Amino acid sequence: MISHNAYLGLAAVMFGIGAAGLLVRRNPLVMFMCVELMLNAVNLTFVALAQQLGVAGQLFVLFVMAVAAAEAAVGLAIILAIFRHRGTVDLQNINLLKG
Amino acid sequence: MPISAPGALWVLPALPLLGFVVNGALALWRPTAKTAVSLVGVGVLVLAGAAAVVAVAGFAGLHPAAPLVFRYWEWMPVGDLRIDFALQLDQLSAVMVLVVTGVGALIHVFSVGYMHEDAGYARYFAYLNLFVFFMLVLVLGASFPVMFVGWEGVGLCSYLLIGYWFNEQINADAGKKAFIVNRIGDVGFLIAMLLIFRATGSLDFGPVFARAGAVFTPAGATVTAVTLFLFLGCTGKSAQIPLFTWLPDAMQGPTPVSALIHAATMVTAGVYLVARCNVLFALSPLGSATVAGVGALTALFAATIALKQWDIKRVLAYSTISQLGYMFLGVGTGAYAAAIFHLVTHAFFKALLFLGSGSVIHAMHDAYHLTHAHDDAQDMRNMGGLRRHLPWTATLMWIATLAIAGIPPLSGFFSKDEILGAAFALGTAEPVWLVYWAMGVAAALLTAFYMTRLMLYTFHGPNRTGERERAHLHEAPWVMTGPLVVLGALSLAGGALNLPELVGGKPWLEHWLQPVTALADRMRPVVELSPVVEWTLVGGAVLVAALGMLGAVRLLRPEALVAARLAPPETGLGRLLWKKWYVDEIYDAVIVRPVQWLAREVLWKTIDVRLVDGLLVNGSATTSRALGWLGSRLQTGEVGFYVALFVVGVLVVVGAALH
Repeated sequence: MISHNAYLGLAAVMFGIGAAGLLVRRNPLVMFMCVELMLNAVNLTFVALAQQLGVAGQLFVLFVMAVAAAEAAVGLAIILAIFRHRGTVDLQNINLLKG
Repeated sequence: MPISAPGALWVLPALPLLGFVVNGALALWRPTAKTAVSLVGVGVLVLAGAAAVVAVAGFAGLHPAAPLVFRYWEWMPVGDLRIDFALQLDQLSAVMVLVVTGVGALIHVFSVGYMHEDAGYARYFAYLNLFVFFMLVLVLGASFPVMFVGWEGVGLCSYLLIGYWFNEQINADAGKKAFIVNRIGDVGFLIAMLLIFRATGSLDFGPVFARAGAVFTPAGATVTAVTLFLFLGCTGKSAQIPLFTWLPDAMQGPTPVSALIHAATMVTAGVYLVARCNVLFALSPLGSATVAGVGALTALFAATIALKQWDIKRVLAYSTISQLGYMFLGVGTGAYAAAIFHLVTHAFFKALLFLGSGSVIHAMHDAYHLTHAHDDAQDMRNMGGLRRHLPWTATLMWIATLAIAGIPPLSGFFSKDEILGAAFALGTAEPVWLVYWAMGVAAALLTAFYMTRLMLYTFHGPNRTGERERAHLHEAPWVMTGPLVVLGALSLAGGALNLPELVGGKPWLEHWLQPVTALADRMRPVVELSPVVEWTLVGGAVLVAALGMLGAVRLLRPEALVAARLAPPETGLGRLLWKKWYVDEIYDAVIVRPVQWLAREVLWKTIDVRLVDGLLVNGSATTSRALGWLGSRLQTGEVGFYVALFVVGVLVVVGAALH
């Protein structure tokens, strides 16, 4: 039987990779995937701890997946719209709201 | 209280107020309806005069020892302070009301003739009616605040009427000067009111004077401060040193205004105020001595200036200041009846002198107007020999001149002599009053001199008006000479109001005013002079008056005068007097210019432009723009930067939560 700590460690590593990717990458699609990675790291934590703390954690995972799916649909649509409009999705060039 | 004539006291001020409303409306919508304006303007005054006679007769029938107070409505209930709009009638108010409405009605009649060709006829009568309303509120008010309303109101009307011909800068400036100088005095009145309220807890005349003896230490600092601040108000309103400079300039107004406001009624408000507050002044010997001293000094000082003025109205203006000085000498001495007596007789003969000069100016102005000349119609150097053209005016003005000079048995002799006699009597107990008395006698000498000078230069000697103009000189219409005749009769016989017992007369006015001044009279030392001394004083006074008049006749050479535009400039002492001791110039250098400098350089260019506009208004705009610029630096437009901030933020929040 694999210990809880292993799940939690894996989740922490996944979250860290996601966060680091989000900070350093410029491509919105990649940044998007990093966000997914972070969400799933949290999901892993929820299910791992659900064994000890009750079924609520698993329930949360379902919610997170539903929200993530909706967010992916909206996010990808926005990226697609930006690409059609500007011909690029490089975030360095998308700075209309610069103060 | 039984229903009696005094109960309808409110009718008195209401009548001129009604006249103001009607004439004001006519001035706005029917300025050419001169007949209606004359009827309303004069009518309300005549009715008010009749109402005053009825009210005073009813009052006299009651023989009350205390004032009759009528409360009309609650005006300012604030905490402990409860001020009603209340009028009161007592012996002092009665005298004032009769003078204001009586002399006022005569001057209104005169104005019908004098102002008839003026385009602003309706506006003029509206202001004049409004003035009478405020003057009646002033003398009938039953508390300091109600009196103050009248006090300020007459000041407003004075301003409006001095600047009546406002399209000339000099007239508008004179109005402003009068208003501003009076404002300085009014501050004193206000401070005095606050002090009185703090000490006595009331502002109604009755309670204040009843409690004054108990709450004020005699000769204490508080009561002295109260009296001095009150007197500061009087020096402004009644043109005494140091605030007298506005009155000569006020002569820029129409001449009937000078007669009504700046000679007979408004300027005597200060005398009335001191007489009204006689209890307070009796409690403060220093305050009384100041009043008497300033009065005596003003009487002498203004008389010297009058010696060398050429403008006929300015001579009379300085004469008014001088005579007001006598009245203050009287009230400061405690001779309230004598001072009020002089107030009444002065109202008669000075109104007569002013209206007479108005009639002269009217003739001169017409003459110059018809020949299209631009000479000064008020300069005595342009007059001379006018008695041949204006016989009525000349005769009546001689009566007034004899009265003001103090020739018996005319009215001015008795009133002036009583004041000087009272000052001398008090001088035997307190020597400083002997100095005041001497100043008063010297001023009497000068008064006789400058009035005779005015008459000689105006009515006698050769005429200097000009060849072509002479044919147009004419006596005024009856509507103007009529009031002069009435005032002449009053100036002749006014002395009968208060004949001294010395000559076997009845001091009727003194007896009448007894209830008003009884409280104060008990606080003052009583000095009786022996008949020998009194007769000596009387003889001296007559001698002084005769000397002044004879001196003028002997020393002055009307035939040597030349018309104003040819006259050589004054030199030496004459120039000093002609320039009014340079008082205006000194005030200008010492007060006006520093204040203007302070206003322009400090208040405007430093405090307003630099501090308010620069630092506060523009500064706050600059600060918020700078803060906005700093905030905008965070909006880099780079998603990576936002994410990094977000992560840092989350770490900080989580870290703080775990901590």
